[in-house]
Amino acid sequence: MNRLSPRRIGLALSAPLLALVVAFLITSLVLTLFGDPVLDVWKTILHVPKPRQTVQIINAATVYYLSAVAVAVGFRMNLFNIGVDGQYRVGVFAAAVFAGQAWLPGVFNIVVAIIVAMVAAGLWAGIAAYLKVRRGVSEVISTIMLNAIATGVVSWLFAKVAQRSEGSNITETKTIPESSQLLGLKLVPGATNRVFTLVVLAVIVGLVYWFVLGRTRFGFDLRATGRSESAAVASGVNVPRMVMTAMIASGALAGLVGMPQLFGQDHNYGTTIQSGLGFAGIGIALLGRNNPIGIAIASLLWAFLDIQSNALQIGVGVAQEIVYIIQGVILFAVVIAYELIRRTDLRLEQQRVARELAAQRQATTATEGASA
Amino acid sequence: MPDHAPNCPAPLRARTRSVAITASPPLTQTTVSGAPAVELEGITKRFPGVVANKDVTFSVRRGTVHAIVGENGAGKSTLMKILYGVQRPDEGTIKVDGKVVNLHSPADAIAAGIGMVFQHFMLADNLSVLENVVLGAEKLHGIGDAARREIQRISDVYKLGVDPDVLVGDLGVGARQRIEILKVLYRGAKILILDEPTAVLVPQEVDELFGQLADLKDEGVTVLFISHKLDEVLKVADSITVIRRGTTIDTVEPSTVNARQLAELMVGSELPSPTTEESTVTDRVLLRVEDLVLGGEDGGRPVLDGISLTIHAGEVLGIAGVEGNGQAELVEVIMGMREPTSGRVFLGDRDTSDWGTREIREAGVGYIPEDRHRHALLLEAPLWENRMLGHQTERPNVKGQLIDAAGAKADTERIVREYDVRTPSIFVTAGSLSGGNQQKLIIGREMSHSPKVLVAAHPTRGVDVGAQASIWDHIRAARREGLAVLLISADLEELIGLSDTIRVILRGQLSGDFDPDQVTAEDLGAAMTGAGEKEQTR
Repeated sequence: MNRLSPRRIGLALSAPLLALVVAFLITSLVLTLFGDPVLDVWKTILHVPKPRQTVQIINAATVYYLSAVAVAVGFRMNLFNIGVDGQYRVGVFAAAVFAGQAWLPGVFNIVVAIIVAMVAAGLWAGIAAYLKVRRGVSEVISTIMLNAIATGVVSWLFAKVAQRSEGSNITETKTIPESSQLLGLKLVPGATNRVFTLVVLAVIVGLVYWFVLGRTRFGFDLRATGRSESAAVASGVNVPRMVMTAMIASGALAGLVGMPQLFGQDHNYGTTIQSGLGFAGIGIALLGRNNPIGIAIASLLWAFLDIQSNALQIGVGVAQEIVYIIQGVILFAVVIAYELIRRTDLRLEQQRVARELAAQRQATTATEGASA
Repeated sequence: MPDHAPNCPAPLRARTRSVAITASPPLTQTTVSGAPAVELEGITKRFPGVVANKDVTFSVRRGTVHAIVGENGAGKSTLMKILYGVQRPDEGTIKVDGKVVNLHSPADAIAAGIGMVFQHFMLADNLSVLENVVLGAEKLHGIGDAARREIQRISDVYKLGVDPDVLVGDLGVGARQRIEILKVLYRGAKILILDEPTAVLVPQEVDELFGQLADLKDEGVTVLFISHKLDEVLKVADSITVIRRGTTIDTVEPSTVNARQLAELMVGSELPSPTTEESTVTDRVLLRVEDLVLGGEDGGRPVLDGISLTIHAGEVLGIAGVEGNGQAELVEVIMGMREPTSGRVFLGDRDTSDWGTREIREAGVGYIPEDRHRHALLLEAPLWENRMLGHQTERPNVKGQLIDAAGAKADTERIVREYDVRTPSIFVTAGSLSGGNQQKLIIGREMSHSPKVLVAAHPTRGVDVGAQASIWDHIRAARREGLAVLLISADLEELIGLSDTIRVILRGQLSGDFDPDQVTAEDLGAAMTGAGEKEQTR
């Protein structure tokens, strides 16, 4: 008998698949109700992506993945870091300003700038952690507030350091020197655009996440705290310290979210910065069940829906925002399905244990009876 | 912490405001040819790995106090949950007033006239009595004067002495319990289930409660009284049903039995009684607690009030006491889970007062918590991960900073074998095992790190008789090998049988020593309730 019984794998996969089907049905219903061309919409969204779009999907998924892993670290110990969005903003701004100074040559500049981003975002998350540990402030409230504050603080600092490029209205921080720009990887044949070089970073983060949570003492303490705080306390886990560490780790990972785009595409921090990445990360972490592989699949799905829906407005005249309905319904459905599956799983296991023990008992009585 | 100060308003004081006692008679008795109020027949309820109730059959006469007695884990709670619609029986029928009822939820039970007063009160401190009573029953009499009049009427009819307008936070335990009773009556219950109602009360409050039960009875209310305290049951009940290992053994009249006979019915003759062999106590002190004080919340009475104790290698120190007298807090302070206000704890000659729980456990203190679901297990994690819990910094669970899954799994297999944990595999979740098997796993885990001191709170609570005997054997074996054990238990037989010394905790203070060879359960009972305070010098 093993952990990975076919029953369990089946149950684990059935939930997201079910959620996709439900999302498909509800979206179709909404489209029909408002007289939109249902078939054309699905044809556009579900067509096989062209190489250029494939690259876009991978790039978007890379960013989503980092964001979702940052959220998942908190989730694993029942901490709701809603503040990934703000932490990411603080991180990417700090890194852009640092890297723009070009104090260090080439790759060193990139590496140190990434560390700067992690530290800045980690410290920002540390505020919420401190408030929770010392003052009992719910991290949900404080991180949401800190998101708003982050936007303000960064805009204020941005106004101090930003410069206007000649002949345009665009303001941005000093551009990173060319030696520190990453051209990207030619991973998809036939595509003119390139995959972010820092897709490597996402892979490394995934591996580290899997290793630290699953294989280390620290990870065990973190998971134990998430499963039962009271039991963790009795087992000797210093829960306040754990909250502090996990929240700061989550924030540091959030600091990485902006890196692929900063070094691979934008090369500076400007007004075009993407927002809402942290919130997408929450949904993706849920969908991926905080599992490194699951999150990867969920990120790709999210990015796929995002990119494929770009053509909706021009192609079939339907606002691409329909994709938010699809994503939202997927999330709702999957959260419900996971909970149902969890309960079913527990019940089935209890029944199985009872049945097997009863069978064992009968077997022993039978042999005893025979020998007597 | 429940407040034990007798803080009850004069119960019989007449309230002038409710002159107009409505015409509605006090709970009319729509009798169906004098059928019993409640009749249970062949009730069976199975849980994974354990049959909680098996063929339970008894009937309750209207207007009587009917006691259900049985040991912890005998299946009383499950039975009451079935009667209150929280659990559904796998087999059997329930009749109320002669009619078969199907109870799918507490709402069904209330509709059938059955109400439950839980052991742990469910009241909002920051709301008034009136608000607490109408909460969730706003449809009955609204939330205003009509409700107030109804509360007053019920309070007067049953002589509960409840003032609808005081804040619940200002009331003592006894008064809160009366509000819980009133809540249930307000919803129209004619049959009250009281789950261990005296566990949280001091003796005077117990007497008061019994007076109230008599009043309820006189007004035609039927009371089901769950308890394992035999003297109380004999005092208050009109008939007594004994439950043992999930099934009804007998229903007796209190006039025909004495406590001794009732106890025999309750535990059965096959129950192994815990007996210690000759003393193994040495003069090496392993655990010393000095003048421990833990202040009460909001400057109330201290929860621990100058506790000092010493346990030597090879000694079992038993602590008896009514629940809520500071036992749980004492354990938490020793385990480093709670900071005392003053006082020191020494492990050997090392002062551990300022240590964290992990350091204390690593230094060789094994811990069997009172509430294994909350404090000893990760119910949704597999057994082998549970084997690591509490020892996740020690071999064979880890190598350096890394988890040694292979080592932990192999050792879990060993524990399952040596401690007879009945499970199909070490990969099933801890929550799918029965209570006794969970406890055996916990004890196996704690013993596997060769502890010097074992802190065991209610180690056999809610486990079956077989597991109980084997747990006792393990504690005795450990004692022979020089372990110092702090044993906290509500089971006096267990305390007397296992301990080298017994002390009683009452309102945060420890009594003097009792010799388990001399002391009787009655002596301890007296000391636990404070009745023996005059004879006992601290």
